[in-house]
Amino acid sequence: MSYYGESIAHSSLLGVGLGILLGTGINFGIIVVCLLFGILFLWLQQSKILSTDTLLGVLAHLALSIGIIVISLNRIKIDIHAFLFGDILTVSSNDLWMMYLGVILVIFLVSFNWSSLLLVTIDEDLARAEGINPIYINLLLTTILTIVVAVSLQIIGLLLITAMLIIPAATSRRLANSPEQMALIATLIGIFSVILGIFLSVEIDAPSGPSIVVVSATLFFLAYLFNFLIKKD
Amino acid sequence: MKTINALISASNVSVIKHHKSILKNIDIQINKNDFITIIGPNGAGKTMLLKCLMGFYKPNFGKIQKKNKLKIGYMPQSINVINTMPMTVKNFITIRKKYDDISFKQVVSEIDIRQLVDKQLSVLSGGEMQRVLLARSLLNNPDLLVLDEPAQNLDISGQLSFYKLIQEIYSKRDISILMVSHDLHLVMVSTKKVLCLSNHICCSGKPQQVAQDPEFISMFGKDMANMMAVYQHTNHTSQIDNHLIDGEVK
Repeated sequence: MSYYGESIAHSSLLGVGLGILLGTGINFGIIVVCLLFGILFLWLQQSKILSTDTLLGVLAHLALSIGIIVISLNRIKIDIHAFLFGDILTVSSNDLWMMYLGVILVIFLVSFNWSSLLLVTIDEDLARAEGINPIYINLLLTTILTIVVAVSLQIIGLLLITAMLIIPAATSRRLANSPEQMALIATLIGIFSVILGIFLSVEIDAPSGPSIVVVSATLFFLAYLFNFLIKKD
Repeated sequence: MKTINALISASNVSVIKHHKSILKNIDIQINKNDFITIIGPNGAGKTMLLKCLMGFYKPNFGKIQKKNKLKIGYMPQSINVINTMPMTVKNFITIRKKYDDISFKQVVSEIDIRQLVDKQLSVLSGGEMQRVLLARSLLNNPDLLVLDEPAQNLDISGQLSFYKLIQEIYSKRDISILMVSHDLHLVMVSTKKVLCLSNHICCSGKPQQVAQDPEFISMFGKDMANMMAVYQHTNHTSQIDNHLIDGEVK
């Protein structure tokens, strides 16, 4: 399900296009489109007509393509490149406030539903036996991912958001002993990667998204190397 | 609303999925201190029946009534051991559970997993994992324990000791057990009632009766029926043997 985030991210370009076209603003467009897309996906997954991977593969790229078509047919003047790979220079102070709000909301949603999220991740039937309806938890997860995508789109870019969903968590996996520790360490690694990545992008005049991903992947390999050396002793 | 005495009572339950009848007119009652084992070939609807009874799945027809505030402990066939997430056994057993230290320690010693509690889930063997799942399902002192093919990933000695553990839990706790199992010859001694399912209920009753039922024999073959008889027999004599050995040592 790691690629669920990627699919939601891919659908965000359609949100950007529609948001500009209808004059509702980019953030609003992204949130509406990503949520609808997430719900559509959950509904199709529930019906079990296709495997999850196939479904994600079809829907993610369909959403991305429709987004690009909508943007180019209407001759919307935006820098697609910036949305695909992230450009920190496009972030306004208004966007910063949206990010603060998004972060607080995500922290709130995750911490209040932490144990239910954990149990549904481990086994849906086990969760059902204890009175959790996995559909609600999956909807919650969709909402959280949507917010994350909306606030990080301009910095990381929609093609690389998945990297930041997966790499810091995978790095942290090697260092943590509990899910709580893993979440905390992953967050710290994420923050560190973003800061170092942005410095790197300034230094070599590269787009911010790829620079951040390169830093975080370097940390990932270092963590594995570190682990390998420790286990050898 | 009428109050019911049974823990769960299902009447006339039918499930149709993709134009195929999965369950047909099932009537079943689970009472206090029952030990019911559901057997049946693959695709017989055993897991679906459990899901309906626990309320995970709403049947197309029929009615399922659960006793008010019924506490169910559920042990799934297996869980995806999530190598992507670190988690200790203790952490896993206690997620979303209201428990105190005493009841945790009690379950841990009952299932004999004291040496596992601080281990990571990802390093457990199949048998250890089954014990951990069982401990989790028992932590809230459930009225009903539901087990879905609990021993299918274990080797023969693992199966034997696992069913022995279930038998101990059943005799020590005030609990009802509903179990899906293929290892009928191993649960024969413990189970009080066998329900033979093949989309509909073919036959049900005490294990000895079911073993002689023509529908059972046509489904599992004469060999299985004979084997069940033999197992019951050997189990009995081996107990006597043990006594003799005990006597000699003393």
